[in-house]
Amino acid sequence: MITRVIPRLDVKGPNLVKGVHLEGLRVLGKPELFARHYYEQGADELLFVDVVASLYGRNSILDLVERTANEIFIPLSVGGGLRSLDDIRAVLRAGADKVTLNTAAVRRPEFISEAARHFGSSTIVISIEAIRRNDGGYEAYTDNGREKTGLDAVSWAVRAVELGAGELLVTSIDREGTGRGYDLELTARIVRAVPVPVIACGGAGSVEHVAQVLETGAAAAALASLLHYNVARRSRAERSEFSPHINLAHLDQPGFAKVQDAELPELKAHLAARGMASRPLPAHV
Amino acid sequence: MSDLPPPRAAIVDYGTGNLYNVRRACQHVGLEAAITTSPEEVLSADAVILPGVGSMPEAMLSLELNGLSDALRTVAGRGTPLLGICLGMQLLMEEGSEFTRHAGLGILSGSVVRFPDRGTDGAELKVPHIGWNAVGRPPGSATAWRDTPLEATPDGEYMYFVHSYHVVPANTESVVGVSRYGGIEFCSVVSAGAVFGCQFHPERSGSQGLRIYREFSRLLAGRQHSPLR
Repeated sequence: MITRVIPRLDVKGPNLVKGVHLEGLRVLGKPELFARHYYEQGADELLFVDVVASLYGRNSILDLVERTANEIFIPLSVGGGLRSLDDIRAVLRAGADKVTLNTAAVRRPEFISEAARHFGSSTIVISIEAIRRNDGGYEAYTDNGREKTGLDAVSWAVRAVELGAGELLVTSIDREGTGRGYDLELTARIVRAVPVPVIACGGAGSVEHVAQVLETGAAAAALASLLHYNVARRSRAERSEFSPHINLAHLDQPGFAKVQDAELPELKAHLAARGMASRPLPAHV
Repeated sequence: MSDLPPPRAAIVDYGTGNLYNVRRACQHVGLEAAITTSPEEVLSADAVILPGVGSMPEAMLSLELNGLSDALRTVAGRGTPLLGICLGMQLLMEEGSEFTRHAGLGILSGSVVRFPDRGTDGAELKVPHIGWNAVGRPPGSATAWRDTPLEATPDGEYMYFVHSYHVVPANTESVVGVSRYGGIEFCSVVSAGAVFGCQFHPERSGSQGLRIYREFSRLLAGRQHSPLR
């Protein structure tokens, strides 16, 4: 299998943001600049998540998707607050290739089937945000980890695929933003339970963490802090175009020490050294 | 020569997803391309691009209802360049999956089959096949990509795939590109006369994919200036 590495860009209005456990969001810069950087560095896909749309029911992300799609020619997945077939159509029209659905799918599971029938299964990625329960199981959450669903994450994954999901994005809220590594058990359980590719998300703090989660059988690893902070820090040092309006004081706090700095070429070199195939880097990198 | 208008491509819209990024890729390489639902516009275009994401039966139904299937057969029959992408490539074939037995456009003879649940090593195969994969010339056919949109592409270049089915052309000479998933070799590029199809998405395959659009555009321009036209 040829693995994929997918930078995840959480977007709030015009800004790229990053939190811990999907909370305490901080502004890191302009998402289109990060997106272009990752495209040039050989990212396999990009994932945009509109982190406020689900709360306030608006889709301000369309402009960003369109601007990005005009200059970036790799697959772009977009999620956050998509509730209807018209919402999906609008995002695809703006330039997305795939959409990720969570809240709307949990509320009305038939929405998955309707969306898959209209746009093709491979366009529909179901996003599962999970928190580990005391009994060792995992519960699915919606609204960026704010709302319990009462659904067992693994059973929900199986059901979502039966209804037509072509791919799953599985995020560990416990690990998200912490740099402590992916939740390997959560990922492995869902990988074993479903016949479709699984994108693991949440917790990457080193290039080795990425290799570990791909070893569980995940088809792809999504990551944010590992890549973003490096770009943001460097741009702070260089005072380059990445830097307007960003507040990176928190990066110097002890809690962030867990996240290594890495660039995509270094990450891909590490995966290759661990015997994992991935797309060769673009010629200019 | 210079008084000829630039070639115009029609991107066939039959209600499925991603046409917009196909148009963006065309624009990026300077190929004039319009998204259309009209059989007349398909018939009058200098080249036709048939994209597609989704399921073959629904796509065929939609093409039939809109009068586009006859237009596409006519276009292919008279030698207008026709580029099928992903589902658009599968639609070129004469029949779909052995389970549903629905018909494709029948422009190329052959069928469309689903990936099995297991790879050649017996391990579970995740389907759809999603991601980057190498596209190579079939063994023993060093010149397979000459005069095709792959002409400038190195053997083994990586392209982006998203699909559960793949084509099995009856005429093995039309198989000009092959890839492997789970150890299973499948046809990832077909070429026969002016008909060209690729299972991957060149518009999502970075600069490597844009090079295919650029070559397609260059071939069109050359063809338009050719006295044979």
